[in-house]
Amino acid sequence: MPALAIETLGLTKDFPVGFWLAKKRRALEGLSVQVEAGEIFGLLGPNGAGKSTAIKLLMGLIFPTAGTARILGRPISDVRMHGDIGFLPEQPYFYDYLTAAELLDYFARFHDLTSADRRERIANMLKKVGLDGAGKIQLRKYSKGMLQRVGLAQAILHDPQVVILDEPMSGLDPIGRREVRDIILDLRRGGRTILFSTHILSDAEMLCDRVGVLVGGKLRGVGSPDQLVGMKVSGMEVLFELAADPPAAASLLLAKAIRTGDRYRLEVPVAELYKTLDALRAEGAQILSVTQIKGTLEDYFLDLVGADRAQPAAVEVSSR
Amino acid sequence: MTRTGIVAWNTFREAVRDRVLYNLVFFALLMMATAVLVGQISIGIDSIVIVSLGLSAVSVIGLLMAVFIGVGLVYKEMDKRTLYALLAKPIRRWEFLLGKFAGLLLTLTVNTAAMAVGLFLTLFYVNRALHSADLVVLTAVYFILLKLAIIVALALLFSCFTTPFLSICFTAGIYVTGLFVKDIRSFSDITGNPALDRVAVWFSYLLPNFQNFDVMGAAAHGRAIPGAIVAQNTLYAAVYCAIVLAAAAVIFSRRNLK
Repeated sequence: MPALAIETLGLTKDFPVGFWLAKKRRALEGLSVQVEAGEIFGLLGPNGAGKSTAIKLLMGLIFPTAGTARILGRPISDVRMHGDIGFLPEQPYFYDYLTAAELLDYFARFHDLTSADRRERIANMLKKVGLDGAGKIQLRKYSKGMLQRVGLAQAILHDPQVVILDEPMSGLDPIGRREVRDIILDLRRGGRTILFSTHILSDAEMLCDRVGVLVGGKLRGVGSPDQLVGMKVSGMEVLFELAADPPAAASLLLAKAIRTGDRYRLEVPVAELYKTLDALRAEGAQILSVTQIKGTLEDYFLDLVGADRAQPAAVEVSSR
Repeated sequence: MTRTGIVAWNTFREAVRDRVLYNLVFFALLMMATAVLVGQISIGIDSIVIVSLGLSAVSVIGLLMAVFIGVGLVYKEMDKRTLYALLAKPIRRWEFLLGKFAGLLLTLTVNTAAMAVGLFLTLFYVNRALHSADLVVLTAVYFILLKLAIIVALALLFSCFTTPFLSICFTAGIYVTGLFVKDIRSFSDITGNPALDRVAVWFSYLLPNFQNFDVMGAAAHGRAIPGAIVAQNTLYAAVYCAIVLAAAAVIFSRRNLK
Protein backbone atom coordinates (compact mmCIF):
# COMPACT_ATOMS: atom_id res chain seq x y z
CA MET A 1 0.00 0.00 0.00
CA PRO A 2 1.37 3.48 -0.85
CA ALA A 3 2.50 5.69 2.07
CA LEU A 4 -0.19 8.19 1.09
CA ALA A 5 -3.67 6.69 1.14
CA ILE A 6 -5.41 9.85 -0.05
CA GLU A 7 -3.90 12.85 -1.76
CA THR A 8 -5.69 15.88 -3.17
CA LEU A 9 -4.00 18.63 -5.12
CA GLY A 10 -5.80 21.93 -5.61
CA LEU A 11 -9.21 20.26 -5.64
CA THR A 12 -11.76 22.89 -6.58
CA LYS A 13 -15.49 22.68 -7.23
CA ASP A 14 -17.84 25.35 -8.56
CA PHE A 15 -21.60 24.81 -8.75
CA PRO A 16 -23.76 26.78 -11.16
CA VAL A 17 -26.47 28.80 -9.39
CA GLY A 18 -29.36 31.07 -10.33
CA PHE A 19 -32.26 30.55 -12.74
CA TRP A 20 -30.05 30.56 -15.84
CA LEU A 21 -27.20 28.82 -14.02
CA ALA A 22 -25.02 31.68 -15.20
CA LYS A 23 -23.39 32.36 -11.85
CA LYS A 24 -21.07 30.00 -10.08
CA ARG A 25 -20.71 29.34 -6.40
CA ARG A 26 -17.40 27.96 -5.25
CA ALA A 27 -18.04 25.15 -2.79
CA LEU A 28 -14.44 24.05 -2.48
CA GLU A 29 -11.29 25.98 -3.28
CA GLY A 30 -7.88 24.49 -3.88
CA LEU A 31 -8.05 21.66 -1.38
CA SER A 32 -4.59 20.14 -1.03
CA VAL A 33 -4.36 17.55 1.67
CA GLN A 34 -2.51 14.30 2.25
CA VAL A 35 -3.80 11.44 4.36
CA GLU A 36 -1.20 8.88 5.32
CA ALA A 37 -1.88 5.17 5.27
CA GLY A 38 -3.19 3.90 8.58
CA GLU A 39 -4.27 7.22 10.04
CA ILE A 40 -7.64 8.61 11.03
CA PHE A 41 -8.14 11.96 9.38
CA GLY A 42 -11.07 14.18 10.23
CA LEU A 43 -12.53 16.84 7.97
CA LEU A 44 -14.03 19.47 10.22
CA GLY A 45 -16.15 22.41 9.32
CA PRO A 46 -19.52 24.03 9.86
CA ASN A 47 -22.48 23.24 7.61
CA GLY A 48 -21.75 24.31 4.04
CA ALA A 49 -17.99 24.36 4.59
CA GLY A 50 -17.32 21.98 1.69
CA LYS A 51 -16.76 18.72 3.62
CA SER A 52 -19.35 16.69 1.72
CA THR A 53 -18.29 18.28 -1.56
CA ALA A 54 -14.72 17.14 -0.94
CA ILE A 55 -15.89 13.62 -0.13
CA LYS A 56 -18.20 13.44 -3.15
CA LEU A 57 -15.31 14.51 -5.35
CA LEU A 58 -13.15 11.76 -3.91
CA MET A 59 -15.87 9.20 -4.57
CA GLY A 60 -16.46 10.35 -8.14
CA LEU A 61 -20.05 11.40 -7.45
CA ILE A 62 -19.25 14.90 -8.70
CA PHE A 63 -16.40 16.07 -10.89
CA PRO A 64 -13.78 18.68 -10.01
CA THR A 65 -13.71 22.08 -11.68
CA ALA A 66 -9.95 22.07 -11.15
CA GLY A 67 -7.35 19.98 -9.37
CA THR A 68 -6.76 16.28 -9.00
CA ALA A 69 -6.90 13.60 -6.35
CA ARG A 70 -5.53 10.13 -5.89
CA ILE A 71 -6.58 7.32 -3.60
CA LEU A 72 -4.14 4.47 -2.98
CA GLY A 73 -1.98 5.95 -5.72
CA ARG A 74 -4.72 5.75 -8.35
CA PRO A 75 -6.69 8.63 -9.87
CA ILE A 76 -10.23 9.07 -8.53
CA SER A 77 -11.65 8.51 -12.02
CA ASP A 78 -10.54 4.86 -11.82
CA VAL A 79 -13.60 3.05 -10.43
CA ARG A 80 -11.70 -0.25 -10.08
CA MET A 81 -10.08 1.14 -6.94
CA HIS A 82 -13.55 1.33 -5.37
CA GLY A 83 -12.97 -2.33 -4.55
CA ASP A 84 -10.50 -1.09 -1.92
CA ILE A 85 -12.67 1.76 -0.65
CA GLY A 86 -15.63 1.79 1.68
CA PHE A 87 -17.99 4.76 1.64
CA LEU A 88 -20.79 5.89 3.91
CA PRO A 89 -22.80 8.79 2.41
CA GLU A 90 -24.24 11.52 4.60
CA GLN A 91 -27.71 10.64 5.89
CA PRO A 92 -27.75 7.41 3.90
CA TYR A 93 -30.93 6.13 2.30
CA PHE A 94 -31.16 2.69 0.81
CA TYR A 95 -33.62 0.61 -1.20
CA ASP A 96 -36.48 0.38 1.27
CA TYR A 97 -37.98 -2.73 -0.33
CA LEU A 98 -34.89 -4.73 0.69
CA THR A 99 -34.02 -6.13 4.10
CA ALA A 100 -30.68 -5.17 5.64
CA ALA A 101 -29.26 -8.61 4.83
CA GLU A 102 -30.46 -8.37 1.21
CA LEU A 103 -28.97 -4.89 0.82
CA LEU A 104 -25.62 -6.03 2.15
CA ASP A 105 -25.74 -9.08 -0.13
CA TYR A 106 -26.58 -6.84 -3.12
CA PHE A 107 -23.60 -4.57 -2.47
CA ALA A 108 -21.26 -7.48 -1.62
CA ARG A 109 -21.89 -9.02 -5.03
CA PHE A 110 -20.01 -6.13 -6.67
CA HIS A 111 -16.89 -7.24 -4.81
CA ASP A 112 -16.88 -10.73 -6.32
CA LEU A 113 -17.32 -12.45 -2.96
CA THR A 114 -18.53 -16.05 -2.99
CA SER A 115 -22.01 -16.87 -1.74
CA ALA A 116 -20.70 -18.56 1.43
CA ASP A 117 -18.28 -15.71 2.12
CA ARG A 118 -21.07 -13.16 1.67
CA ARG A 119 -23.36 -14.99 4.08
CA GLU A 120 -20.66 -15.21 6.74
CA ARG A 121 -19.56 -11.60 6.39
CA ILE A 122 -23.14 -10.30 6.46
CA ALA A 123 -23.97 -12.20 9.66
CA ASN A 124 -20.79 -10.94 11.33
CA MET A 125 -21.25 -7.39 10.13
CA LEU A 126 -24.88 -7.14 11.28
CA LYS A 127 -23.70 -8.27 14.69
CA LYS A 128 -20.83 -5.77 14.66
CA VAL A 129 -23.11 -2.80 13.97
CA GLY A 130 -25.73 -3.96 16.46
CA LEU A 131 -28.35 -5.14 13.97
CA ASP A 132 -28.08 -8.90 14.35
CA GLY A 133 -31.76 -9.22 15.21
CA ALA A 134 -32.94 -6.87 12.46
CA GLY A 135 -31.32 -8.33 9.36
CA LYS A 136 -34.59 -9.66 7.95
CA ILE A 137 -36.61 -6.48 8.42
CA GLN A 138 -37.28 -4.29 5.38
CA LEU A 139 -35.32 -1.04 5.47
CA ARG A 140 -38.52 1.02 5.18
CA LYS A 141 -39.16 0.07 8.81
CA TYR A 142 -35.71 1.22 9.98
CA SER A 143 -35.08 4.31 12.07
CA LYS A 144 -32.51 6.92 11.04
CA GLY A 145 -29.96 5.52 13.45
CA MET A 146 -30.49 1.98 12.15
CA LEU A 147 -30.02 3.15 8.56
CA GLN A 148 -26.77 4.79 9.65
CA ARG A 149 -25.61 1.46 11.06
CA VAL A 150 -26.55 -0.36 7.84
CA GLY A 151 -24.67 2.32 5.94
CA LEU A 152 -21.59 1.71 8.00
CA ALA A 153 -21.95 -2.05 7.55
CA GLN A 154 -22.08 -1.80 3.74
CA ALA A 155 -19.06 0.51 3.79
CA ILE A 156 -16.77 -1.95 5.57
CA LEU A 157 -18.29 -5.30 4.59
CA HIS A 158 -15.65 -5.98 1.93
CA ASP A 159 -12.77 -5.10 4.26
CA PRO A 160 -11.54 -2.05 2.34
CA GLN A 161 -8.12 -0.42 2.76
CA VAL A 162 -9.56 3.08 2.86
CA VAL A 163 -12.84 3.98 4.56
CA ILE A 164 -14.50 7.32 3.81
CA LEU A 165 -17.36 8.29 6.09
CA ASP A 166 -19.51 11.38 5.63
CA GLU A 167 -20.88 12.42 9.04
CA PRO A 168 -20.84 8.87 10.48
CA MET A 169 -22.21 9.92 13.89
CA SER A 170 -25.20 11.74 12.44
CA GLY A 171 -28.54 10.45 13.72
CA LEU A 172 -27.00 8.19 16.34
CA ASP A 173 -27.77 8.15 20.05
CA PRO A 174 -24.86 8.26 22.54
CA ILE A 175 -24.59 4.46 22.59
CA GLY A 176 -24.56 4.33 18.79
CA ARG A 177 -21.89 7.02 18.63
CA ARG A 178 -19.77 5.10 21.07
CA GLU A 179 -20.15 1.94 18.98
CA VAL A 180 -19.23 3.75 15.77
CA ARG A 181 -16.19 5.26 17.48
CA ASP A 182 -15.14 1.77 18.55
CA ILE A 183 -15.57 0.47 15.00
CA ILE A 184 -13.45 3.32 13.62
CA LEU A 185 -10.70 2.66 16.16
CA ASP A 186 -10.94 -1.04 15.41
CA LEU A 187 -10.45 -0.32 11.70
CA ARG A 188 -7.35 1.71 12.46
CA ARG A 189 -5.97 -1.12 14.60
CA GLY A 190 -6.43 -3.30 11.52
CA GLY A 191 -4.21 -0.91 9.53
CA ARG A 192 -7.04 0.76 7.61
CA THR A 193 -7.08 4.44 6.69
CA ILE A 194 -10.15 6.38 7.71
CA LEU A 195 -11.25 9.77 6.49
CA PHE A 196 -14.41 11.12 7.99
CA SER A 197 -16.22 14.41 8.05
CA THR A 198 -17.91 15.76 11.11
CA HIS A 199 -18.94 18.92 12.84
CA ILE A 200 -18.93 17.19 16.22
CA LEU A 201 -15.60 18.38 17.56
CA SER A 202 -15.41 16.03 20.51
CA ASP A 203 -15.52 13.05 18.12
CA ALA A 204 -12.69 14.51 16.09
CA GLU A 205 -10.63 15.27 19.19
CA MET A 206 -11.17 11.77 20.49
CA LEU A 207 -10.55 9.82 17.27
CA CYS A 208 -8.39 11.72 14.82
CA ASP A 209 -4.66 11.52 14.36
CA ARG A 210 -4.97 14.65 12.26
CA VAL A 211 -7.77 16.98 11.25
CA GLY A 212 -8.27 19.44 8.44
CA VAL A 213 -10.53 22.41 9.13
CA LEU A 214 -12.61 23.61 6.19
CA VAL A 215 -14.37 26.95 6.39
CA GLY A 216 -16.10 28.63 3.46
CA GLY A 217 -14.71 26.03 1.04
CA LYS A 218 -11.10 26.67 2.03
CA LEU A 219 -8.78 24.56 4.12
CA ARG A 220 -7.82 26.77 7.05
CA GLY A 221 -5.65 24.42 9.05
CA VAL A 222 -4.26 20.88 9.10
CA GLY A 223 -2.60 19.06 11.93
CA SER A 224 -3.16 16.90 14.96
CA PRO A 225 -5.80 18.26 17.34
CA ASP A 226 -3.03 18.87 19.91
CA GLN A 227 -0.95 20.78 17.38
CA LEU A 228 -3.85 22.93 16.27
CA VAL A 229 -5.02 23.93 19.70
CA GLY A 230 -1.41 24.11 20.95
CA MET A 231 -0.61 26.86 18.50
CA LYS A 232 -2.47 29.33 20.63
CA VAL A 233 -1.91 29.94 24.37
CA SER A 234 -4.86 31.83 25.74
CA GLY A 235 -3.40 32.50 29.23
CA MET A 236 -1.51 31.14 32.23
CA GLU A 237 -2.80 29.24 35.23
CA VAL A 238 -1.08 29.72 38.57
CA LEU A 239 -1.69 27.23 41.38
CA PHE A 240 -0.66 28.37 44.87
CA GLU A 241 -1.21 27.96 48.61
CA LEU A 242 -1.28 30.52 51.36
CA ALA A 243 0.43 30.06 54.73
CA ALA A 244 -2.71 31.36 56.46
CA ASP A 245 -6.22 32.30 55.47
CA PRO A 246 -6.25 35.63 53.66
CA PRO A 247 -7.47 38.59 55.69
CA ALA A 248 -10.96 39.92 55.05
CA ALA A 249 -9.52 42.87 53.15
CA ALA A 250 -7.39 40.70 50.86
CA SER A 251 -5.87 42.08 47.71
CA LEU A 252 -7.82 42.27 44.48
CA LEU A 253 -5.57 39.55 43.06
CA LEU A 254 -6.50 37.06 45.78
CA ALA A 255 -10.14 37.93 45.37
CA LYS A 256 -9.93 36.80 41.71
CA ALA A 257 -8.48 33.40 42.64
CA ILE A 258 -10.71 30.34 42.91
CA ARG A 259 -10.24 28.36 46.13
CA THR A 260 -10.46 24.57 46.18
CA GLY A 261 -9.60 23.20 49.63
CA ASP A 262 -6.28 24.72 50.65
CA ARG A 263 -5.28 25.59 47.12
CA TYR A 264 -5.99 28.61 44.98
CA ARG A 265 -6.17 28.75 41.17
CA LEU A 266 -5.68 31.97 39.30
CA GLU A 267 -5.89 32.63 35.53
CA VAL A 268 -3.92 35.57 34.19
CA PRO A 269 -2.91 36.91 30.76
CA VAL A 270 0.58 35.80 29.59
CA ALA A 271 1.89 39.37 29.68
CA GLU A 272 0.95 39.77 33.34
CA LEU A 273 2.46 36.49 34.59
CA TYR A 274 5.66 37.80 36.22
CA LYS A 275 3.93 40.81 37.77
CA THR A 276 1.29 38.44 39.23
CA LEU A 277 3.89 36.03 40.60
CA ASP A 278 5.72 38.90 42.33
CA ALA A 279 2.45 40.15 43.84
CA LEU A 280 1.51 36.67 45.08
CA ARG A 281 4.90 36.19 46.71
CA ALA A 282 4.41 39.55 48.42
CA GLU A 283 1.13 38.16 49.83
CA GLY A 284 3.08 35.19 51.23
CA ALA A 285 1.82 32.69 48.69
CA GLN A 286 3.65 29.47 47.88
CA ILE A 287 3.60 28.92 44.09
CA LEU A 288 2.89 25.27 43.31
CA SER A 289 2.73 25.33 39.51
CA VAL A 290 2.45 27.58 36.49
CA THR A 291 0.90 26.09 33.32
CA GLN A 292 -0.18 27.33 29.91
CA ILE A 293 -3.87 27.50 29.20
CA LYS A 294 -4.38 26.20 25.67
CA GLY A 295 -7.60 26.53 23.74
CA THR A 296 -9.75 23.54 22.86
CA LEU A 297 -10.33 22.39 19.31
CA GLU A 298 -13.68 24.09 19.64
CA ASP A 299 -12.02 27.45 20.40
CA TYR A 300 -9.74 27.02 17.41
CA PHE A 301 -12.66 26.05 15.19
CA LEU A 302 -14.86 28.94 16.34
CA ASP A 303 -12.03 31.42 15.78
CA LEU A 304 -11.69 30.24 12.17
CA VAL A 305 -15.42 30.31 11.54
CA GLY A 306 -15.70 33.75 13.08
CA ALA A 307 -12.90 35.07 10.89
CA ASP A 308 -14.53 33.62 7.78
CA ARG A 309 -17.92 35.12 8.51
CA ALA A 310 -16.29 38.51 8.46
CA GLN A 311 -15.82 37.94 4.69
CA PRO A 312 -19.29 36.81 3.53
CA ALA A 313 -18.74 37.33 -0.21
CA ALA A 314 -15.66 35.15 -0.40
CA VAL A 315 -17.35 32.21 -2.10
CA GLU A 316 -18.99 33.98 -5.05
CA VAL A 317 -16.41 33.48 -7.75
CA SER A 318 -17.67 34.46 -11.16
CA SER A 319 -20.49 34.99 -13.56
CA ARG A 320 -20.58 34.15 -17.26
CA MET B 1 -23.18 -12.53 -12.45
CA THR B 2 -21.86 -9.39 -14.15
CA ARG B 3 -22.20 -6.00 -12.51
CA THR B 4 -24.86 -5.07 -15.06
CA GLY B 5 -26.68 -8.30 -14.27
CA ILE B 6 -26.59 -7.57 -10.52
CA VAL B 7 -28.25 -4.17 -11.07
CA ALA B 8 -30.75 -5.68 -13.53
CA TRP B 9 -31.81 -8.38 -11.08
CA ASN B 10 -32.29 -5.81 -8.31
CA THR B 11 -34.36 -3.61 -10.64
CA PHE B 12 -36.58 -6.60 -11.42
CA ARG B 13 -36.84 -7.41 -7.71
CA GLU B 14 -37.86 -3.81 -6.99
CA ALA B 15 -40.63 -3.95 -9.61
CA VAL B 16 -41.95 -7.22 -8.21
CA ARG B 17 -41.90 -5.97 -4.61
CA ASP B 18 -43.53 -2.70 -5.60
CA ARG B 19 -46.40 -4.88 -6.88
CA VAL B 20 -45.98 -3.70 -10.45
CA LEU B 21 -47.04 -7.11 -11.75
CA TYR B 22 -50.44 -6.68 -10.13
CA ASN B 23 -51.56 -5.23 -13.46
CA LEU B 24 -51.78 -8.85 -14.60
CA VAL B 25 -54.90 -9.21 -12.47
CA PHE B 26 -56.51 -6.42 -14.47
CA PHE B 27 -55.47 -8.10 -17.72
CA ALA B 28 -56.83 -11.45 -16.56
CA LEU B 29 -60.17 -9.87 -15.65
CA LEU B 30 -60.31 -8.13 -19.05
CA MET B 31 -59.65 -11.37 -20.90
CA MET B 32 -62.25 -13.26 -18.86
CA ALA B 33 -64.85 -10.59 -19.54
CA THR B 34 -63.95 -10.65 -23.24
CA ALA B 35 -64.25 -14.42 -23.40
CA VAL B 36 -67.71 -14.30 -21.86
CA LEU B 37 -68.97 -11.38 -23.93
CA VAL B 38 -67.41 -12.10 -27.30
CA GLY B 39 -69.78 -14.93 -28.14
CA GLN B 40 -72.76 -12.69 -27.56
CA ILE B 41 -71.66 -9.68 -29.62
CA SER B 42 -69.79 -11.23 -32.57
CA ILE B 43 -70.64 -13.93 -35.07
CA GLY B 44 -67.65 -15.82 -36.45
CA ILE B 45 -65.10 -13.16 -35.59
CA ASP B 46 -64.45 -14.22 -32.01
CA SER B 47 -60.72 -14.72 -32.54
CA ILE B 48 -60.29 -11.37 -34.31
CA VAL B 49 -61.94 -9.50 -31.42
CA ILE B 50 -60.01 -11.38 -28.75
CA VAL B 51 -56.63 -10.98 -30.48
CA SER B 52 -57.21 -7.30 -31.25
CA LEU B 53 -58.36 -6.49 -27.75
CA GLY B 54 -55.72 -8.69 -26.12
CA LEU B 55 -52.81 -7.23 -28.11
CA SER B 56 -54.07 -3.70 -27.52
CA ALA B 57 -54.17 -4.36 -23.77
CA VAL B 58 -50.68 -5.91 -23.85
CA SER B 59 -49.40 -2.86 -25.70
CA VAL B 60 -51.11 -0.23 -23.53
CA ILE B 61 -50.20 -1.87 -20.20
CA GLY B 62 -46.62 -2.35 -21.41
CA LEU B 63 -46.45 1.27 -22.57
CA LEU B 64 -47.68 2.60 -19.25
CA MET B 65 -45.15 0.50 -17.37
CA ALA B 66 -42.28 1.39 -19.73
CA VAL B 67 -42.92 5.11 -19.52
CA PHE B 68 -43.87 5.52 -15.86
CA ILE B 69 -41.27 3.14 -14.43
CA GLY B 70 -38.67 4.03 -17.08
CA VAL B 71 -38.58 7.74 -16.27
CA GLY B 72 -37.97 6.98 -12.60
CA LEU B 73 -35.25 4.38 -13.11
CA VAL B 74 -32.34 6.79 -12.74
CA TYR B 75 -34.10 9.86 -11.38
CA LYS B 76 -35.43 8.04 -8.33
CA GLU B 77 -31.98 6.70 -7.49
CA MET B 78 -30.53 10.21 -7.75
CA ASP B 79 -33.38 11.85 -5.89
CA LYS B 80 -33.35 9.39 -2.99
CA ARG B 81 -29.55 9.23 -3.12
CA THR B 82 -29.53 5.43 -3.14
CA LEU B 83 -27.07 5.83 -5.99
CA TYR B 84 -24.34 7.26 -3.75
CA ALA B 85 -23.53 4.02 -1.99
CA LEU B 86 -23.92 2.02 -5.19
CA LEU B 87 -21.54 4.12 -7.28
CA ALA B 88 -18.98 3.77 -4.49
CA LYS B 89 -18.76 0.10 -5.49
CA PRO B 90 -16.57 -0.96 -8.39
CA ILE B 91 -19.22 -0.31 -11.02
CA ARG B 92 -19.07 2.10 -13.94
CA ARG B 93 -21.94 4.46 -14.53
CA TRP B 94 -22.76 2.97 -17.93
CA GLU B 95 -22.93 -0.49 -16.34
CA PHE B 96 -25.46 0.83 -13.84
CA LEU B 97 -27.48 2.40 -16.64
CA LEU B 98 -27.44 -0.75 -18.73
CA GLY B 99 -28.44 -2.76 -15.66
CA LYS B 100 -31.46 -0.55 -15.03
CA PHE B 101 -32.48 -0.89 -18.69
CA ALA B 102 -32.07 -4.67 -18.64
CA GLY B 103 -33.94 -4.92 -15.33
CA LEU B 104 -37.00 -3.08 -16.58
CA LEU B 105 -36.89 -4.98 -19.85
CA LEU B 106 -36.85 -8.23 -17.88
CA THR B 107 -39.87 -7.02 -15.90
CA LEU B 108 -41.69 -6.11 -19.10
CA THR B 109 -40.79 -9.43 -20.70
CA VAL B 110 -42.15 -11.42 -17.75
CA ASN B 111 -45.27 -9.24 -17.67
CA THR B 112 -45.82 -9.46 -21.43
CA ALA B 113 -45.19 -13.21 -21.47
CA ALA B 114 -47.77 -13.71 -18.72
CA MET B 115 -50.28 -11.61 -20.64
CA ALA B 116 -49.54 -13.60 -23.83
CA VAL B 117 -50.29 -16.81 -21.95
CA GLY B 118 -53.57 -15.26 -20.78
CA LEU B 119 -54.41 -14.29 -24.34
CA PHE B 120 -53.77 -17.82 -25.63
CA LEU B 121 -55.83 -19.33 -22.80
CA THR B 122 -58.72 -17.05 -23.77
CA LEU B 123 -58.38 -18.05 -27.43
CA PHE B 124 -58.35 -21.71 -26.41
CA TYR B 125 -61.40 -21.24 -24.19
CA VAL B 126 -63.43 -19.58 -26.95
CA ASN B 127 -62.32 -21.73 -29.93
CA ARG B 128 -61.84 -24.95 -27.94
CA ALA B 129 -58.56 -25.34 -29.86
CA LEU B 130 -55.43 -23.46 -30.92
CA HIS B 131 -54.50 -23.25 -34.60
CA SER B 132 -51.12 -22.80 -36.22
CA ALA B 133 -52.31 -19.42 -37.53
CA ASP B 134 -52.60 -18.27 -33.90
CA LEU B 135 -48.81 -18.42 -33.64
CA VAL B 136 -48.59 -15.11 -35.48
CA VAL B 137 -49.91 -13.58 -32.24
CA LEU B 138 -46.56 -14.49 -30.69
CA THR B 139 -44.77 -12.45 -33.36
CA ALA B 140 -47.06 -9.51 -32.61
CA VAL B 141 -46.27 -9.82 -28.89
CA TYR B 142 -42.57 -9.95 -29.71
CA PHE B 143 -42.90 -6.75 -31.76
CA ILE B 144 -44.65 -5.07 -28.83
CA LEU B 145 -41.68 -6.01 -26.66
CA LEU B 146 -39.26 -4.51 -29.20
CA LYS B 147 -41.31 -1.33 -29.16
CA LEU B 148 -41.26 -1.27 -25.37
CA ALA B 149 -37.47 -1.70 -25.36
CA ILE B 150 -37.10 1.47 -27.44
CA ILE B 151 -39.49 3.34 -25.16
CA VAL B 152 -37.60 2.24 -22.04
CA ALA B 153 -34.32 3.39 -23.62
CA LEU B 154 -35.85 6.79 -24.42
CA ALA B 155 -37.36 7.16 -20.94
CA LEU B 156 -33.98 6.26 -19.44
CA LEU B 157 -32.23 8.83 -21.63
CA PHE B 158 -34.55 11.63 -20.52
CA SER B 159 -34.43 10.59 -16.87
CA CYS B 160 -30.66 11.16 -16.96
CA PHE B 161 -31.03 14.91 -17.31
CA THR B 162 -34.57 16.06 -16.56
CA THR B 163 -37.48 15.64 -14.17
CA PRO B 164 -39.92 12.71 -14.33
CA PHE B 165 -42.74 14.98 -15.53
CA LEU B 166 -40.73 16.30 -18.46
CA SER B 167 -39.37 12.83 -19.16
CA ILE B 168 -42.94 11.51 -19.44
CA CYS B 169 -43.86 14.39 -21.78
CA PHE B 170 -40.80 13.84 -23.99
CA THR B 171 -41.15 10.05 -24.11
CA ALA B 172 -44.88 10.15 -24.76
CA GLY B 173 -44.36 12.87 -27.37
CA ILE B 174 -41.79 10.81 -29.24
CA TYR B 175 -44.00 7.73 -29.01
CA VAL B 176 -46.99 9.50 -30.51
CA THR B 177 -44.86 11.15 -33.21
CA GLY B 178 -43.23 7.80 -33.94
CA LEU B 179 -46.64 6.39 -34.85
CA PHE B 180 -46.86 8.87 -37.73
CA VAL B 181 -43.39 8.59 -39.24
CA LYS B 182 -44.69 7.69 -42.71
CA ASP B 183 -46.98 10.72 -42.66
CA ILE B 184 -44.07 12.97 -41.73
CA ARG B 185 -42.07 11.60 -44.66
CA SER B 186 -44.87 12.51 -47.06
CA PHE B 187 -45.05 16.02 -45.66
CA SER B 188 -43.99 17.61 -48.95
CA ASP B 189 -47.12 16.25 -50.63
CA ILE B 190 -49.04 18.73 -48.52
CA THR B 191 -46.66 21.69 -48.52
CA GLY B 192 -44.88 21.30 -51.87
CA ASN B 193 -41.79 22.81 -50.25
CA PRO B 194 -38.64 20.72 -51.04
CA ALA B 195 -36.59 22.32 -48.24
CA LEU B 196 -39.25 21.51 -45.66
CA ASP B 197 -39.48 18.03 -47.14
CA ARG B 198 -35.77 17.42 -46.58
CA VAL B 199 -36.04 18.62 -42.96
CA ALA B 200 -39.11 16.44 -42.39
CA VAL B 201 -37.42 13.38 -43.88
CA TRP B 202 -34.28 13.84 -41.75
CA PHE B 203 -36.43 14.41 -38.68
CA SER B 204 -38.43 11.27 -39.43
CA TYR B 205 -35.25 9.18 -39.54
CA LEU B 206 -34.28 10.40 -36.08
CA LEU B 207 -37.61 9.28 -34.68
CA PRO B 208 -38.31 5.64 -33.85
CA ASN B 209 -40.63 4.23 -36.49
CA PHE B 210 -43.25 2.50 -34.39
CA GLN B 211 -45.44 1.85 -37.42
CA ASN B 212 -43.06 -0.98 -38.38
CA PHE B 213 -43.97 -2.82 -35.18
CA ASP B 214 -47.72 -2.64 -35.67
CA VAL B 215 -48.83 -6.02 -36.99
CA MET B 216 -52.03 -6.27 -34.99
CA GLY B 217 -54.20 -6.51 -38.11
CA ALA B 218 -52.13 -9.35 -39.55
CA ALA B 219 -52.13 -11.16 -36.20
CA ALA B 220 -55.90 -10.81 -35.76
CA HIS B 221 -56.51 -12.27 -39.22
CA GLY B 222 -53.89 -14.99 -38.86
CA ARG B 223 -51.73 -13.70 -41.72
CA ALA B 224 -48.13 -14.87 -41.49
CA ILE B 225 -45.40 -12.29 -40.98
CA PRO B 226 -42.27 -12.86 -43.10
CA GLY B 227 -39.07 -13.77 -41.27
CA ALA B 228 -37.29 -10.89 -43.01
CA ILE B 229 -39.61 -8.41 -41.29
CA VAL B 230 -38.92 -10.05 -37.92
CA ALA B 231 -35.15 -9.83 -38.50
CA GLN B 232 -35.39 -6.26 -39.77
CA ASN B 233 -37.45 -5.07 -36.80
CA THR B 234 -35.17 -6.87 -34.34
CA LEU B 235 -32.09 -5.24 -35.84
CA TYR B 236 -33.79 -1.85 -35.99
CA ALA B 237 -34.82 -1.98 -32.31
CA ALA B 238 -31.37 -3.22 -31.23
CA VAL B 239 -29.53 -0.45 -33.11
CA TYR B 240 -31.96 2.24 -31.98
CA CYS B 241 -31.70 1.14 -28.33
CA ALA B 242 -27.90 0.99 -28.57
CA ILE B 243 -27.70 4.56 -29.91
CA VAL B 244 -30.12 5.95 -27.32
CA LEU B 245 -28.41 4.10 -24.45
CA ALA B 246 -24.99 5.28 -25.63
CA ALA B 247 -26.27 8.87 -25.55
CA ALA B 248 -27.72 8.28 -22.07
CA ALA B 249 -24.40 6.83 -20.89
CA VAL B 250 -22.46 9.85 -22.19
CA ILE B 251 -24.83 12.27 -20.40
CA PHE B 252 -24.98 10.28 -17.18
CA SER B 253 -21.22 9.72 -17.03
CA ARG B 254 -20.68 13.47 -16.89
CA ARG B 255 -23.49 14.28 -14.52
CA ASN B 256 -22.75 15.72 -11.09
CA LEU B 257 -24.88 14.03 -8.44
CA LYS B 258 -26.16 16.53 -5.90
